[in-house]
Amino acid sequence: MIEKPINNRAWLLVLPVLAFVLFSALLPMMTVVNYSLQDSMGANNFFWNGDAWFRDVLNPSTDIGARFFDALGRNLSFSFAALLIEVPLGIAIALCLPRGGWAVGPCLVLIALPMLIPWNVVGTIWQIFARADIGLFGAAVNGLGIPYNDTQNPVSAWITIVIIDVWHWTPLVILLSYAGLRAIPDAFYQAARIDAASRWAVFVNIELPKLQKVLVIAVLLRFMQTFMIYTEPFVVTGGGPGSATTFLSIDLVKIALGQVDLGNAAAMSLIYNLITITLCWIFYTIMTQLDRRRDA
Amino acid sequence: MSIHLQNVSVEIGGEKIIDHVDLALERGTMNVLLGATLAGKTSLMRLMAGLDKPTSGKILVDGADVTGVPVRKRSVAMVYQQFVNYPSLSVYENIASPLRVAKVKGDELDRRVREAARILGLEPLLKRQPSQLSGGQQQRTAIARALTKRADLVLLDEPLANLDYKLREELREELPRILSQTGATLVYATTEPLEALQLGGKTATLSQGRLVQFGPAGDVYHRPNHIESARVFSDPPLNELPISKTAAEVRFADGSTRPAIGTLARIADGNYTVAFRADIVSLRAAWPQSLTFSGEISVAEISGSESFVHVTSPLGTFVCVEPGVSTLQPGQRVDVHVDAARVFVFDSAGALVDAGKAS
Amino acid sequence: MARITLDGIAHSYDQDLSYALKPINHEWTQGRSYALLGPSGCGKTTLLNIISGLVFPSQGRLLFDGKDVTNLPTEQRNIAQVFQFPVVYDTMTVAENLAFPLKNRGLGRAAIRTRVSEIADLLGLTSDLHRRARRLTADAKQKISLGRGLVRSDVAAVLFDEPLTVIDPSLKWELRSKLKAVHRALDVLMIYVTHDQVEALTFADEVVVMKDGRILQIATPTQLFEQPEHTFVGYFIGSPGMNLVDAEIDGAEARVGEQTVRLSARYNKPPAGSSVRLGFRPDYTTLVAGGDMKVRVQRIEDLGRRRLAKVSLGAQDIFAVVPHGQSVPGDAAGIAIKPERLFVYVNDERVAGEPL
Repeated sequence: MIEKPINNRAWLLVLPVLAFVLFSALLPMMTVVNYSLQDSMGANNFFWNGDAWFRDVLNPSTDIGARFFDALGRNLSFSFAALLIEVPLGIAIALCLPRGGWAVGPCLVLIALPMLIPWNVVGTIWQIFARADIGLFGAAVNGLGIPYNDTQNPVSAWITIVIIDVWHWTPLVILLSYAGLRAIPDAFYQAARIDAASRWAVFVNIELPKLQKVLVIAVLLRFMQTFMIYTEPFVVTGGGPGSATTFLSIDLVKIALGQVDLGNAAAMSLIYNLITITLCWIFYTIMTQLDRRRDA
Repeated sequence: MSIHLQNVSVEIGGEKIIDHVDLALERGTMNVLLGATLAGKTSLMRLMAGLDKPTSGKILVDGADVTGVPVRKRSVAMVYQQFVNYPSLSVYENIASPLRVAKVKGDELDRRVREAARILGLEPLLKRQPSQLSGGQQQRTAIARALTKRADLVLLDEPLANLDYKLREELREELPRILSQTGATLVYATTEPLEALQLGGKTATLSQGRLVQFGPAGDVYHRPNHIESARVFSDPPLNELPISKTAAEVRFADGSTRPAIGTLARIADGNYTVAFRADIVSLRAAWPQSLTFSGEISVAEISGSESFVHVTSPLGTFVCVEPGVSTLQPGQRVDVHVDAARVFVFDSAGALVDAGKAS
Repeated sequence: MARITLDGIAHSYDQDLSYALKPINHEWTQGRSYALLGPSGCGKTTLLNIISGLVFPSQGRLLFDGKDVTNLPTEQRNIAQVFQFPVVYDTMTVAENLAFPLKNRGLGRAAIRTRVSEIADLLGLTSDLHRRARRLTADAKQKISLGRGLVRSDVAAVLFDEPLTVIDPSLKWELRSKLKAVHRALDVLMIYVTHDQVEALTFADEVVVMKDGRILQIATPTQLFEQPEHTFVGYFIGSPGMNLVDAEIDGAEARVGEQTVRLSARYNKPPAGSSVRLGFRPDYTTLVAGGDMKVRVQRIEDLGRRRLAKVSLGAQDIFAVVPHGQSVPGDAAGIAIKPERLFVYVNDERVAGEPL
């Protein structure tokens, strides 16, 4: 409150971080902006290209535009599918966890384990696990008489990628929801018992409203991460079969490093970035506004 | 040290938190800041401590201007409403902590810690951890820590507010003796009139960021210069009735009249507010000079030693004190007798016109 | 008609190694209000939780109207409870909150509506009925919690667990009078847990004073103040608490240090080795010149509406009141107490004497 004694020396402590951010984020970002506005004839010979790359990427009738919108559609579908499964599943599992006692610790550790595994290791595990011939999962599913092959069948490939993400990241939703549930005072549950409320009424009228703040965070985090998906399809399906699992990030790498089409790739990545930020903002605004609207 | 707040104001976002307060505290005195929540007690203490700077006005310590001097360079100790102790340190180390910061060592440190512990009755507890102490003992540890520092200015911000009433009662009884041994200039913020009276010294009544009255506790209590001062210094709440006086008669808000007796006989014709504390309202017997009203009991709050009886009437609610445990039941009709010789009379702007028999 | 019987109820959290609640036999009746009063850890909350069914006692039986409910879960007991922190359903309006317990029990719409408006009226919530509950102040929320309890006409008892903790001090007396009014209007059994003497004495017809898992006295507020059965009751009720001084009892006389004071009854010689104390309220002890016992004045406190003297009686400190207008006696100071205001406590329990 009011005026505190001010000492500017504290800024010195922030300098290393600022320098790090400058080199790791700001400079590369500016390079990308640079590429997106120029064209090159090779040999480091750049000239001004205006917004031509951006117009190409945003025009579905061009080759690159078509690729961009296809990939964007896949990204959105994937994020939607992942959130639709992970959030309800996460809450459901959090509700089933013990509220106290010795079992809490082991349960939480077990649940958190998948999150500790690096992305490409997860990919590699599943690459083998899902193989239709020797993989435990793939072979078992086929053994049940369900045709499954994640390298040849687009549906199988999609299901595999979604399952990987659910397995890897539902624990985050579980842990956040569990923390939110634990923060509800016992009195609320006792009052509900006295009011003879059903389990469902307790969930709808007590637990869900109290979880709202935590869920905003969970949805935001999970949306950002799923929208940026790269490693799993890169390792497991390589973006295939065909281009069935070629998400924006995978396509970007292909365009930038495979075809060395730096202008298009730069424009696309900037648009990709803007879309992510905008969608996050929309999510956040809707979820917090909803809350305020209800009060009025 | 003496501290003088010279016409200070504090404004936050266009709102006056402290409004032109002029307050001079003498060296080595006990000063109580009495006011409701948000009256500006804590803000004033923060100014004295040097945690905040006033928007306008000056702060003088021993005559020298210290308005911009940060808290680290002032000799100040503070005790808060919450019990602030280091949870990992023993009581001894907690009390010693400001001395260690001040690089006091060896026998001197031990002597000063034990002295503070003795004053506060913490000697048998020195080896304990704060978590093993009761609320009262924890707050005593915090006070001891403030005292070992031997600061020239000790600020206590509602130190008893978070204690159970029995502990509060006991510590309130001990505090005047403890604090008088320090020799420091003491500032004690509280919302409770009883604490201000029990601590003695001078009392400053505060209301909405303004200083209403400053003087010896008994004087302020018995002779409030403004109705706001009387309100702040009344628990249970002050009873107030608007009146208009013409000749030998006093007319009340419901149109009823009573003879102008007691204090009311002395004032000139006009409109006033007559105010009285619960202890000069009786439900049993009339006073030699009584203003009598009739009403209905709404509730009797019983503390054991006394009961605060709330009576509703066409003129509003009266609160009166009855000794012991009241057996009056809600709904019962009673006559309310007010001692006309001891009522306060304030003018329409709130200034004191007559303090009754106390004057 | 509701009647709650505690038949040898006791509770231990550690397989009977220590008792959080020592065996109790008591009966609470319809239309009365009771307060469980004591410092933290005295077992009052454990007792309340046993009645509400949140804790199952390790011994004894709990009867509602003679029916054993010891092992019934909360929802089958027909009790209502108001907690320390207001519990409201954020998603609902005030009216929906009040209707919730009735809706869950399958009452008809019309019946719910009349009952809700009745209770809202009683609690002064009518103008807020269609507002979201979460936007209200703490005291309004606490009224809703109370309302949800009262809305059911079949409740055997309404339990309160320190319900005024989060209420602004200036609003407390208003809620207290509301509680009293509700109690008179509805004729239900109410049990109120608190550590605050004012709340307990103001609210209850009968107060149960507890300490260390034991009931020390069950009595009306007047009896607790006038005739405490236990030294702790004397100390805990009233401020300041009862004066307690070590004494020797000899028939109808008590010796305090070197002074002797007359009692109102003749007492048997207390067993050797027991602690014998004389208890008397500061409120009934006046500082005078001369008096029944000589004292040395330490200091006089002007508390505004009364003056209190802290004095030494031999080696022991006690309080006495200084009557209005009386000057403080110097060397000849003494205290005056009516013999019937002097009580004898042996090992902290009051003993009765033979009237003279």
